Amino acid sequence: MSVYASDEFARRFAEIHPALGDQAALAEASRCLYCFDAPCTAACPTHIDVPRFIKKIASANLRGSARTILDANVLGASCARVCPVDVLCEGACVMHQYNKQPIEIGRLQRYAMDHYYGDGARAPFAVSTEKRLRVACIGAGPASLACAVELRKRGYGVTIFEARELPGGLNTYGVAEYKLRPADSLREVELVKSMGVEFRFGVRVGEGVALEDLEKEYAAIFIAVGLGPPEPLRMVDEYLEGVVDALRFIADYKVAQTIPVGKRVLVIGGGNTAIDAANAAKRLGAEEAGLIYRRSEREMPAFQFEFENSKLEGVRFYFQMQPVAVRADSSDARRVGSLECVRVELGAADESGRRRPHVVEGSNFLIPCDMVILATGQSRFLDFLTRVRGIQLSEGNVVVDPESGATSNPRYFAGGDCVNGGREVVDAVAEGKRAGIGIASWLEAQYG
Amino acid sequence: MADLTTIFAGRIRCPNPFWLASGPPANCGEQVMRAFDAGWGGAVWKTLGEPIVNVSSRYSSVDWNRQRMMGLNNIELITDRPLDLNLREISEVKKRYSKQAVIASLMVESKREHWHQIVKQAEDAGADGLELNFGCPHGMSERGMGSAVGQVPEYTELITGWVKEVARTPVLVKLTPNISDIRMVARAAKRGGADGLSAINTINSITGIDLDTLTPRPDVGAKSSHGGYCGPAVKPIALHMVQQVAGDEAARLPISGIGGVSAWQDAAEFILLGAGTVQVCTAAMHYGFRIVEDMIDGLSNWMDSKGFRTLDDFCGLSLARVVEWKNLDLNYKIVARIHPEKCIGCELCYTACWDGAHQCIHMDRVGARSGHNSHRTPAQIEAESRRRIAMTPIPKLDGASGNGAGPYATPLERIPRVDEVECVGCNLCALVCPVDDCITMEQMDTGRAPETWEQRMAALQKGGRC
Repeated sequence: MSVYASDEFARRFAEIHPALGDQAALAEASRCLYCFDAPCTAACPTHIDVPRFIKKIASANLRGSARTILDANVLGASCARVCPVDVLCEGACVMHQYNKQPIEIGRLQRYAMDHYYGDGARAPFAVSTEKRLRVACIGAGPASLACAVELRKRGYGVTIFEARELPGGLNTYGVAEYKLRPADSLREVELVKSMGVEFRFGVRVGEGVALEDLEKEYAAIFIAVGLGPPEPLRMVDEYLEGVVDALRFIADYKVAQTIPVGKRVLVIGGGNTAIDAANAAKRLGAEEAGLIYRRSEREMPAFQFEFENSKLEGVRFYFQMQPVAVRADSSDARRVGSLECVRVELGAADESGRRRPHVVEGSNFLIPCDMVILATGQSRFLDFLTRVRGIQLSEGNVVVDPESGATSNPRYFAGGDCVNGGREVVDAVAEGKRAGIGIASWLEAQYG
Repeated sequence: MADLTTIFAGRIRCPNPFWLASGPPANCGEQVMRAFDAGWGGAVWKTLGEPIVNVSSRYSSVDWNRQRMMGLNNIELITDRPLDLNLREISEVKKRYSKQAVIASLMVESKREHWHQIVKQAEDAGADGLELNFGCPHGMSERGMGSAVGQVPEYTELITGWVKEVARTPVLVKLTPNISDIRMVARAAKRGGADGLSAINTINSITGIDLDTLTPRPDVGAKSSHGGYCGPAVKPIALHMVQQVAGDEAARLPISGIGGVSAWQDAAEFILLGAGTVQVCTAAMHYGFRIVEDMIDGLSNWMDSKGFRTLDDFCGLSLARVVEWKNLDLNYKIVARIHPEKCIGCELCYTACWDGAHQCIHMDRVGARSGHNSHRTPAQIEAESRRRIAMTPIPKLDGASGNGAGPYATPLERIPRVDEVECVGCNLCALVCPVDDCITMEQMDTGRAPETWEQRMAALQKGGRC
């Protein structure tokens, strides 16, 4: 049976954190101490009032619970599934010092949000009197969605421009399937749409539509274009058949399902995306999936829980190795047959505190493989960003005032990965939300 | 090893003070025998009388924070089994179990000959004692029995007197709490010749209303009726009433304490306030007869640890410590102290003190505002938190992000501080704190001799002070 047959695919990508049942949710909600000025709320980038929504679950006020979540975070349903709660709300839970069992905030949030969507997802926010001013958001990912909601609440018109065919950004295209499915991401976009946000798909700003035209039509512009394809590694024969970038691979298996998965897959990189890609390859049928990272486990930027989980998924980790060339298959010169690596030694700490890698000369060796996935950090959309007049960049990231998302060009605001260099969905939502509020106060000050 | 044997009201012997209260667990001989096998020291048989017809449903409860049956309410009446069957089973139980006590609970029409007859029947069957049910608050009271008797001291005295005319075994009067001063009825029972008291019976209640059907619980065909409330929720009320009776010279009789006894600690508390035995119903209905094992074991171990050999060694020991408010020392002063190494940073004490007490717990260990009246209000603290920008940490890229300053597991800024000058020593913070011994109440030396309100008023009247 094909792994993409719907039953088989659903089985292989069953959710790693299944929904809580009613009794389990009530029992868990009742454990919450209802802290004052709760550390979970403080740790959440969107500052969801966690004890409040949990107490509403305990009091069987599920609609109120969902509203509490949505008030702070319109993508509450996807954040409940994709947030690294161990380092956010649950990591901050006082229960760590109490009985060592933090409240399962993520699963409770999902419980409330599932109920909300199951109950018809009635419009959660009132839209204030329509104002004549409109705002353009570039990119239909979490940052723009959150920004658009804040603007609509205040009566401003919003058009979101999206280069792809579907909205949701990485929520739709880039999150491991066992955490979040495209349908769940799109369901949230519908909620945003129901507030009167206009979407234009397949439009790349700067190509399909000129920035100058946007500036004429829209009073302010929010940039949330995210990040581009990975930077080339400059390996020999990096573009042989069978080499693919991680986000393209993930987007493909989630929505298109055209790229065949190899038997022996190697992923290059040490971040969460690398791990997602390796896990996916394994679940899609790779006999072996390995992850190659040039430093050690200690320096690997992926979250610890992702690393632990990936080992359980059966991914092999190759540390202190650096790929230098993709080698063709002996029977097919167009296809990848192995990856040539060198060993790496770690020296003194660099400015990030991580030990600096040194290649061991002459230590080259081959790892046989029929697929190589690149997950070594994404590029910036510099072509586009440098065309926006007057916005300041730092290492390719847009520089903003963190409280308002304002760039150095007063009509432009920005948020999400193109500002923070690539963080979590919840960070993009928080930045989009602050920018939405920031844009509204700027418009208020400009136009009354 | 502590000795739990009990001789109640002079003549009722049992291996321990744990009796099943008159109710569903003591409905028939088979149950009572299994209870005795499990270790119960006695059982008060479900009230004998003219058999009645019950309704369904019969019980409803109050849950608290997912714990079931913190309080239980019932509208079940006395036994629905034929009297001769109950009497035969009492004889059978007494034949097989000589060490345990069987008390017959009785309720008949308020006629002298009816009472004389049932007393004779119960004693002939072998009952070791009688408990007059003057407390049942529902159903039977509408027929002039149960609490309809217990709420009128004269009736109580009269009927107790009738019973005592023929009774050969000790007579206990079971008191209803549904009265303004339980001592009035207790005194009446004593005047009528009672040998002991059982307190308390259930409390009039409506446990709740089904918010879909709008019918109060328990639902009997879309109608309900007030019931009798019992279980852990009523223990404080029961303890108070036991103390009132035990502390009253004119009412003083051996007391069988009833009301929310679920564990050995509860029993110890009733005995400390003067009870000779305790009766249990809800806990046995909830978990079965097996719970008595830990009641016996726990009470024995506690007695061993305190050096009490018998129940008499501590019976009533706490009574003298319950005094009228006017006799409390006004110069005794305690203040709350937070032990920062135990604090988990939930700040429940802070919000409780600000909203529910005297605004003397502050969040100012870090960046304290200068000046005495610049303490941040709860609203200010929350607003500051919401304004703070948080971002998902990537520990290995962002560098070590400690959990805030301070020598404790909880960041110092989240550990509240008590203003000991302002603290009135109300206990609220210690009560809400989820961590054992994290907030302790410490005695402060006021440098003043003990003085009660009564003494202070007397001194003022003498003009000793201005």
